[in-house]
Amino acid sequence: MSLVIDVQGAVKQYGVGDAAIFALDGVDLQIEQGEYVAIMGPSGSGKSTLMNIMGALDNMTKGKYFLDGIEIDTLDENALSVVRGRKIGFIFQSFNLIPRTTALANVELPLAYQGIKGKERRERAMAALKVVGLADRVNHEPTELSGGQQQRVAVARALSTRPALLLADEPTGALDSKSTHDLLDLFDQINAAGRTVVVITHEDDVAQRAKRVVRMRDGKIVSDVMNR
Amino acid sequence: MSLFEIIRFALRGLNSNKLRTTLTTLGIAIGVSSVIILLAVGNGSSKAVQAGIEKLGTNTITIQSNRGGFGGGRASAARAASSQPLTVADAVALSDAVNAPDIKQAAPVAGANVACAVGTNSSTPGTFNGTWPSWFEASNTSVKQGTYFTNDDVTEGRHVAVIGNTTATDLFGTSNPLGQEMRCGGIPFTIIGVTEKKGSNGFQDGDSLVVAPLTAVQRSLTGYNNLQSIVVQAKSAKVQDLAQTEINTIMDARHKVKNTNNRDYRTLNQASLLQTTSSSNSVFTVLLGMVAAISLLVGGIGITNIMLVTVIERTREIGIRKAIGAPKRAILTQFLIEATILSLVGGLIGVFGGLVGSHFKIVGVQPVIIPASVFLAFGVSILIGVFFGGYPASRAASLRPIEALRYE
Ligand SMILES: Nc1ncnc2c1ncn2[C@@H]1O[C@H](COP(=O)(O)OP(=O)(O)O)[C@@H](O)[C@H]1O
Ligand SMILES: [Mg+2]
Repeated sequence: MSLVIDVQGAVKQYGVGDAAIFALDGVDLQIEQGEYVAIMGPSGSGKSTLMNIMGALDNMTKGKYFLDGIEIDTLDENALSVVRGRKIGFIFQSFNLIPRTTALANVELPLAYQGIKGKERRERAMAALKVVGLADRVNHEPTELSGGQQQRVAVARALSTRPALLLADEPTGALDSKSTHDLLDLFDQINAAGRTVVVITHEDDVAQRAKRVVRMRDGKIVSDVMNR
Repeated sequence: MSLFEIIRFALRGLNSNKLRTTLTTLGIAIGVSSVIILLAVGNGSSKAVQAGIEKLGTNTITIQSNRGGFGGGRASAARAASSQPLTVADAVALSDAVNAPDIKQAAPVAGANVACAVGTNSSTPGTFNGTWPSWFEASNTSVKQGTYFTNDDVTEGRHVAVIGNTTATDLFGTSNPLGQEMRCGGIPFTIIGVTEKKGSNGFQDGDSLVVAPLTAVQRSLTGYNNLQSIVVQAKSAKVQDLAQTEINTIMDARHKVKNTNNRDYRTLNQASLLQTTSSSNSVFTVLLGMVAAISLLVGGIGITNIMLVTVIERTREIGIRKAIGAPKRAILTQFLIEATILSLVGGLIGVFGGLVGSHFKIVGVQPVIIPASVFLAFGVSILIGVFFGGYPASRAASLRPIEALRYE
């Protein structure tokens, strides 16, 4: 199996001198194709920082990060946008949909930035919305959808480009238990289809669905175990 | 991603935030149109005053007596003890082709201050002149209806008169005044002509006017040795200064003036009046221009404000777009197109509003558009719109996605 994620000696420092905070303090993490990993840990332990680096949304102070064998730090702005668009599907706790824009248009967006046009784009976006069970809500704007539905639109958006890697930062944090359950089923399904899934969570029952649990504390990985 | 697609994104962005779009467009439109209209009003009023003064005759010089000038009485009598009145002989001397080659003609004017009446109607003309026929050309006054009086009328001392429009309306209402008789200071005059409308020069109504042969007025109303003024016409506006010098030479000799600072006459020059007013008008236009610039600035700050208020929301949106793989170029292009459309549409509406608004009289002034102001206002508003729409977007597009998402 090939490595999808290979983080080596990652350090992320905020501030300097006495005020310096090490959000990541030497993190090594390797994740293989098709894995389902849960990252847990107390608030402020550096989970989001690590996730943002893995999603190519943030840079690090020290260390190396290879995504599918590509060293991300060496890429220019253009190549980075291609990586973000094609290789990664990122899901945020706060959904981050474009406001006043329909579910369909939101899901079409990453496809549009890849230059996919017209009918094909529409069909792929519709297919992704169908997977998350929102085929009947495609023309609703974010404010017309519940939190669970908005998060499912975000998942559909992440899936529409068929990325190999799905990253989710506390995706169920703002959802009720029914929506949480539905979303986790969806992740199971996505993982079963062969995609690598990495989820940050506080909740044990969320972590239980994953096949591997990584625990962090103070910017370091303190345990890394396989479930079952 | 094609440009066409990006334009569609920009239009969708504008459409999805209608309030912001409307307010920004409105801000730009108001800024542009107020600049255009304000400058047009300034320009219009300056043009109107200029036209009014030109009607008085630009190459006319008026000579008035300094005798018993302000306040009459002893003070001025003491000042110019050896003073002489203006006389018909002065006017004749000024008409001399040899000594005054740059003077076309000179007309003596005897002024009376009397009321005129026809039946129960009465009117006190602002100007009641007894003069020569040459006065009409020298003072740029033409007869619209009827005829001028002639040299013959002057020689014979006939009681005929040419009147202005206001006087005609006051005395005869809508009926034809030609051939009718009026009584001025009890003396009868037959109306033979009505002058072309002159309008007001800002000080007095040029149409409240009676002009009659000098001899008739002197004999029956003013007496013979008390001319009010002599109206001199230079051959052209160009030789006005030469004519002025000739007047001074001739008059100083005739009136035995020893000290040129203490003459018993003074001259009024329409060209210098025109110059003074037009320069004060250009000051006025500059002032209006400043008001316009300030209104453009205020409009610009309004636009900037609306654009900046949405920067937080837009920066987050840019963060989202970057996180899902939008290239920087696509984001920049989209937001620049949005800003350009906003300012273009706003600017065009503003220009349209300015052009339409300038058709209406504003505080009695017919605005005259200065073409440069249209381009200036339009250009500046586009610059402001594009800069303040484009700059925050370009800054946001350069951030790492996570920074843009966290922006507040
Ligand atoms: N932009 C930032 N500036 C300064 N400190 C930050 C910033 N982002 C995160 N941190 C700090 O880094 C540490 C890790 O944060 P984070 O990765 O968000 O934790 P977690 O997601 O595990 O709750 C925290 O102490 C947090 O205060
Ligand atoms: Mg976090």
